[in-house]
Amino acid sequence: MIDDVRAAAEAAVARLAAVSGLAEARALETELLGKRGPFAVFKTRLGSLPTVDEKKAVGQAVNEATQTVAAAVEARIAELKRAERAVQLEHERIDLTEVLSRPTRGHAHIVTQAWERLEDVFVGLGFQVAEGPEVETDWYNFEALNMPPDHPARSMHDTFYVDHGTPGSTVLRTHTSPVQIRVMQSVPPPIYMIMPGRVFRNETTDATHLAVFHQIEGLVIDRGITLADLAGTIEAFTKAFFGEGFSSRLRPSYFPFTEPSAEVDIRTPSGDWLELGGCGMVHPNVLRAGGLDPEEWSGFAFGFGIDRMAKERHAVGDVREMYTNDIRFVEQF
Amino acid sequence: MKIVHSWLNDLVPVGDDIDAIADAITHLGLAVEDIRTVGSTVPGVVTARVIRTERHPDAAKVHRVFVDAGDGVERHVWCGAFNMQSDDVIPLATPGTVMPDGRAIEPKPILGIPSEGMLCSARELGLGDDHSGILILPQETPLGVPYGEALGLGEEVLYDLDVLRNRPDAYGHLGVARDLAAHFGLPLAPAPHVLTATEPARSAPVELVDGDRCPRFTTVVISNVTVTSSPEWMARRLAAAGMRSINNVVDVSNYVMLETNQPNHAYDFDTLGGGGFRIRLASDGETIVTLDDVERTLTATDLLICDANDRPIGLAAIMGGQNTEISDSTTTIALETAWFEPMGIMRSVARMGLRSEASARFERGADPFGIDRSVARFVELLRLTCPDLVVHHGMVDARSEHLPTPPQLVVRPSRVSALLGTTFTAAQITQLIEPIGFGCHPQGDDLLVQVPSWRPDCTMEIDIVEEVARRHGYGALGKTVPKSTQPGGLTAFQHRRRRLRDVLLGLGLSEAMPHPFLTAGDLERAGLPAQAVKLVNPLSVGDDILRTSLRPGLLKAIEFNESHRRTGVALFEIGHVYPPSDQVLPAEYEALGVVIAGADATAAMSVWRELASAMGWGARVDQGRVPDGLHPTRSATLSLGKDVVGAVGEVHPDVLDAYGVSERVAVLELHLGVLLAAEPKVPQWKATSRFPSSDFDLAFAVPESVAAEKVEKAIRQGAGGTLVDLALFDVYRGAGTAEGTRSLAYRLRLQANDRTLTDADVAQVRDKVVTAVAKLGAQLRG
Repeated sequence: MIDDVRAAAEAAVARLAAVSGLAEARALETELLGKRGPFAVFKTRLGSLPTVDEKKAVGQAVNEATQTVAAAVEARIAELKRAERAVQLEHERIDLTEVLSRPTRGHAHIVTQAWERLEDVFVGLGFQVAEGPEVETDWYNFEALNMPPDHPARSMHDTFYVDHGTPGSTVLRTHTSPVQIRVMQSVPPPIYMIMPGRVFRNETTDATHLAVFHQIEGLVIDRGITLADLAGTIEAFTKAFFGEGFSSRLRPSYFPFTEPSAEVDIRTPSGDWLELGGCGMVHPNVLRAGGLDPEEWSGFAFGFGIDRMAKERHAVGDVREMYTNDIRFVEQF
Repeated sequence: MKIVHSWLNDLVPVGDDIDAIADAITHLGLAVEDIRTVGSTVPGVVTARVIRTERHPDAAKVHRVFVDAGDGVERHVWCGAFNMQSDDVIPLATPGTVMPDGRAIEPKPILGIPSEGMLCSARELGLGDDHSGILILPQETPLGVPYGEALGLGEEVLYDLDVLRNRPDAYGHLGVARDLAAHFGLPLAPAPHVLTATEPARSAPVELVDGDRCPRFTTVVISNVTVTSSPEWMARRLAAAGMRSINNVVDVSNYVMLETNQPNHAYDFDTLGGGGFRIRLASDGETIVTLDDVERTLTATDLLICDANDRPIGLAAIMGGQNTEISDSTTTIALETAWFEPMGIMRSVARMGLRSEASARFERGADPFGIDRSVARFVELLRLTCPDLVVHHGMVDARSEHLPTPPQLVVRPSRVSALLGTTFTAAQITQLIEPIGFGCHPQGDDLLVQVPSWRPDCTMEIDIVEEVARRHGYGALGKTVPKSTQPGGLTAFQHRRRRLRDVLLGLGLSEAMPHPFLTAGDLERAGLPAQAVKLVNPLSVGDDILRTSLRPGLLKAIEFNESHRRTGVALFEIGHVYPPSDQVLPAEYEALGVVIAGADATAAMSVWRELASAMGWGARVDQGRVPDGLHPTRSATLSLGKDVVGAVGEVHPDVLDAYGVSERVAVLELHLGVLLAAEPKVPQWKATSRFPSSDFDLAFAVPESVAAEKVEKAIRQGAGGTLVDLALFDVYRGAGTAEGTRSLAYRLRLQANDRTLTDADVAQVRDKVVTAVAKLGAQLRG
């Protein structure tokens, strides 16, 4: 009978090898290993064997055969599953470049992108961010900034006057510097602030000039602030914003609200110098207008154009393009 | 300011390394914007005389000019300028000439008739900006010679400086030379000899009627003057600096001005009424014909130079009158050299819009005590062409008590050092600023600094700090980084605004930045109230309204894109609007505007809900209050308490028509000043259940008068705490729904945190929901 058992196991394994599908394999599993399967039958016949030894020997053979067949069933099923999955995967093949639709993301304006990058660099240097109104009083825009009425430097600013209050009292701010005064009036020093925002100049627009554009202003007021601190801060900004290969220099200039005043030039890795903006030590009259004692506090201020940075970064040929709101422009960035 | 290199070299021997000199000038704070070589001549351009001109019947824009280039041969040239007459001498570019712009002159025929060259304008020859016609040369010019030779042209290098307001002295070559002499340690040319006057005494007396406006007015009478042409070098330098050579007297006058920054005026003494001057304010409505042949009407704030008979002969500090001009027959001149109060001149110039080389200098501030040097220099230079001139005794120096005295300033070396971050001793400061004219006298630890009269900008200690920094060199002051003792960062408002922008971008909206100025009618077209703040002096007429809403700009952007075949554009803007107010400033605030072309009001509601969820905002959607300019049955006001914080819906079709937009436009507007300032609701954790959930659907027939929002609210109230999800998944109108109702179908998911809900639990919640919704007049559909 042992031979019968072994023969049955061999036959079972052979049949398993021959099945062609998973369902057939599962049916065969039931047939072979179920209650009416050959090995179950062999087990029921054990009782009829004459000797204990024989019973033991045949019983062991039946168990071994059952295990062998069960393992073969499991292996065969796993093999068939793999094959079926392989067929399915091949059947599901997609050409990923056949794209019919795609989700649309919005595009931030390039001035906003430059604005936020500038903010992030200065925040990293320990600056906070302040903002102020775009429509300003003459006092904040000019007088507090050491430009009393009739000051010749006022003619450097082509000013839009606003029909509000007494004539000449209200302007569209010509720079972000009035926020300096508002900050000085509201925050006790030390002050480490940047002030980004929209500014206005009554100038005819062309490829490089806009009547409405954006500046970022910086103001530091503390005890013992020096012109060297200004140069060092500009240098740190230059490297952080433009890259390690860039450097900066200050060269004498004139602004009514700073003294000494300077232009900031930055040197590109290829050795060209580009004008970046103006800066200087906050003028004593401006500190006084902000309610601070110039003998106790000193500070510096600087201002750069944001639009120009966006223009240079993206090589925009004409700044006016940036404000057409042409979706074909907006979507490029 | 144009600084001529050879001229500068006369005043300080700086040598000829142009780039090094330019660099030094720039680092002294007088930015060199351009270095140019002028006076180069174009080979092949010769002088020729116009024989006659002729029109051709078929040529409207050009005519035929016949010229003689000195060889007696008649040459024919087509010419597009008509300003020449027979016998004029003009520059002729002969065939083969290559012009400065690279054009080669070819005998190109017009109407089959060739042109034997080209007649040139001043600009074409690099002689200035004049391109209004052909350059007409003096009658006596020899023919057939290179025009450069005929004009005495020679190359000059010039530096174009951007001289800022604080350096009026640098509007003269002398001021720039003084800085360079100190910088390079070179000697500055000495002042000319003091004038020696001779008998007989002849005076041009001066009466200062309004001495506050004219604190100093000097005159000197010079006879034996012959009016002739200037030396070639002088004419060349003047031309390089942008001034035309007229005659020796006028040229010397201009030359002295460009050198010392001191404007002056030479009058023909023989035609000067009464032989003297009265300086007074004009009377309202008084007129004068200025040198440029324009009759000007004056006001009582304009200052006049009158002759002794009170006849106006010049607009003080601005421009001379016509009637005392130097002529060829002038032999005796009265030289005026004066100092005028700058603010008064500035106001007259601004009012009349008449600016001259002289007024520009007086406005910025000439040197009230540099007059003697200028007069001596005038005489020295005029003597080159008039060796026998006589300077008469009787010179007049009229002064009023308003003549400013240059200040003495206390300068603390400790203060200079503290601001510059480098230690400077009194001696070092003296060493730096004395060479540029600042007299330094020790006073204890400090210095008493005498400001030179040519530096009216220096009135405070800080001005001297700047001079020290400038002379020492900004680059030599070092670079240090101050330690901020505060943490850097954005404000909560700014953080929230960034979050808002990120969510908008994620929703597929792109950022627009329309102009904040609107044109008359823009607000009305958008259906908005017309009240707005206006600009007094707009860039262009009509472009004078400060926006009170972002909508007009965004609608224009939609229209622009639609006209470029880009429909379905979805844009947002975060920007300021400026409604009128009775406060010191307009009621400016920051707003958000969203427009989605080709989408209806529900798209705007979706954006609002997503933003409200992301930003922790809540607001009432009040469809009973239709915002101006929006679709009356598809729009709502967003309110927070009593405040209106926004609008949501769709643009009114009338407005779309007015803007020429063919698609529907969904719109959302928010008052960010209010919404971003508020502390957002921070989402609080709710435990997620480990027990199974149960779903069921309910469809109600809801009267049109009942908002879906209310149904939703009733469902939530009826269901109680086990409702974890609620979604409106179908809205249906039509067959099967009663008139005036629509079907709203909701899916509910129930789940408890502490147990598995039984069928009985679910049935109970379902009943409560149906009862709650029924109170709204809505019925469960079968």
